[in-house]
Amino acid sequence: MSMVIEPIIGRYAHITIEGVSHRIYFEESGSGIPLLCLHTAGAHSSQYRHLMCDAAVTDRFRVLAFDLPWHGKSNPPPGWQDQEYRLTSAFYVAAIRAFVEAMALERPVVMGCSMGGRVVVRLAMQCGADLRAVIGLEGSDHPSPWYDDSWLDRPEFLRGDFCAALVSGLVAPRSPDEFRWETLWHYYQSGPDVFKGDMHFYRTDSEYRAERADTHGCPVYLMTGEYDYSCTPQLTRESAARIPAAEAIIMRDLGHFPMSENPGRFRDYLLPVLTRIEERR
Amino acid sequence: MNDDISRAIQTLPDRVNADHRLTRIGRYCSTEFLLAAGEASFHIQVERGRITQVLPGPRRMRAWSFALRGAPDAWRHFWQPVPAVGFNDIFAMCRYGHLHIDGDVGPLLENLRFIKEVIALPRGDIAGDAP
Repeated sequence: MSMVIEPIIGRYAHITIEGVSHRIYFEESGSGIPLLCLHTAGAHSSQYRHLMCDAAVTDRFRVLAFDLPWHGKSNPPPGWQDQEYRLTSAFYVAAIRAFVEAMALERPVVMGCSMGGRVVVRLAMQCGADLRAVIGLEGSDHPSPWYDDSWLDRPEFLRGDFCAALVSGLVAPRSPDEFRWETLWHYYQSGPDVFKGDMHFYRTDSEYRAERADTHGCPVYLMTGEYDYSCTPQLTRESAARIPAAEAIIMRDLGHFPMSENPGRFRDYLLPVLTRIEERR
Repeated sequence: MNDDISRAIQTLPDRVNADHRLTRIGRYCSTEFLLAAGEASFHIQVERGRITQVLPGPRRMRAWSFALRGAPDAWRHFWQPVPAVGFNDIFAMCRYGHLHIDGDVGPLLENLRFIKEVIALPRGDIAGDAP
């Protein structure tokens, strides 16, 4: 009998965010420069499993990813049954900073996708001096909703199969079927209303366009798949033009979930960026 | 001129009804929607995941729930084996202005995976390169 055990280690940490203790699930792999990865709306950290098993990354970087409260294996806060979950910019940034502090990550690289790619822009502006770099995958500096607000009030948002079908076209046509459907499975798995709660952040509470954007010397890499119609290549380029030390990289044959929908293709784009970050002291 | 599109749509009943995987996904779907390609239009009637009728339009005083309206060439792009950026999904086409959805989106959203997979079935049927 043969067996393969991945190098990923998963653990739970009790971390206080905005005064409330949360039981947070996180995974990590590798050693070196801390590389903190943020999952997309309505999903969880498994999106980064390929990166965590890629020796070309883990030989140089300590890759970590945590599930936001309400997501994956992280708990919602006690009393969740009486609350409506709505992710805000303030809570999202507080959660990331609390995790970085709790894990004592020194000048980490923070890489997020979709809503994670949006929040890293905010992080760079708020605490860029404490970061080595940020990478926004499918990220921009402001909301650009592509479906009508009225859809959010429909009961379909309670259903994982609907959330998956809503985002299914954001996977590029050439992405391998196995990984396309694994990416969509994460949306099938979400608790009811969690994806919708994340949409509050992604569609409303993440306007970061600033006349005088300042990332305090923190490089910002905005990497977007050409098939992404949520964060389009054009939105990415426009955002990069507004942010100092930002660079837009458009990735061919990729969509909105590069790390999970086509990991082999994505690493061709990511590895050179990681090398540049590593070489920059 | 749009015979290729008409032919592609007329294949839907046989394809869907023979596909148990698809009829299972669509088992809660009963509606009649409109697919319009320029001036040409088709009423597509669905009963519990099976396509019961495809009627060429326009039809006087016949109701439909939601309509997907695109130019013939937009549908030809959509049905390429590997669609170009902006044409790989109905929502991609909406985002880039190649498709308009109107009417009652309820039946579409309630059965989103099913409807998306049904209308993607002719992918690869349209001969030749992208228009």
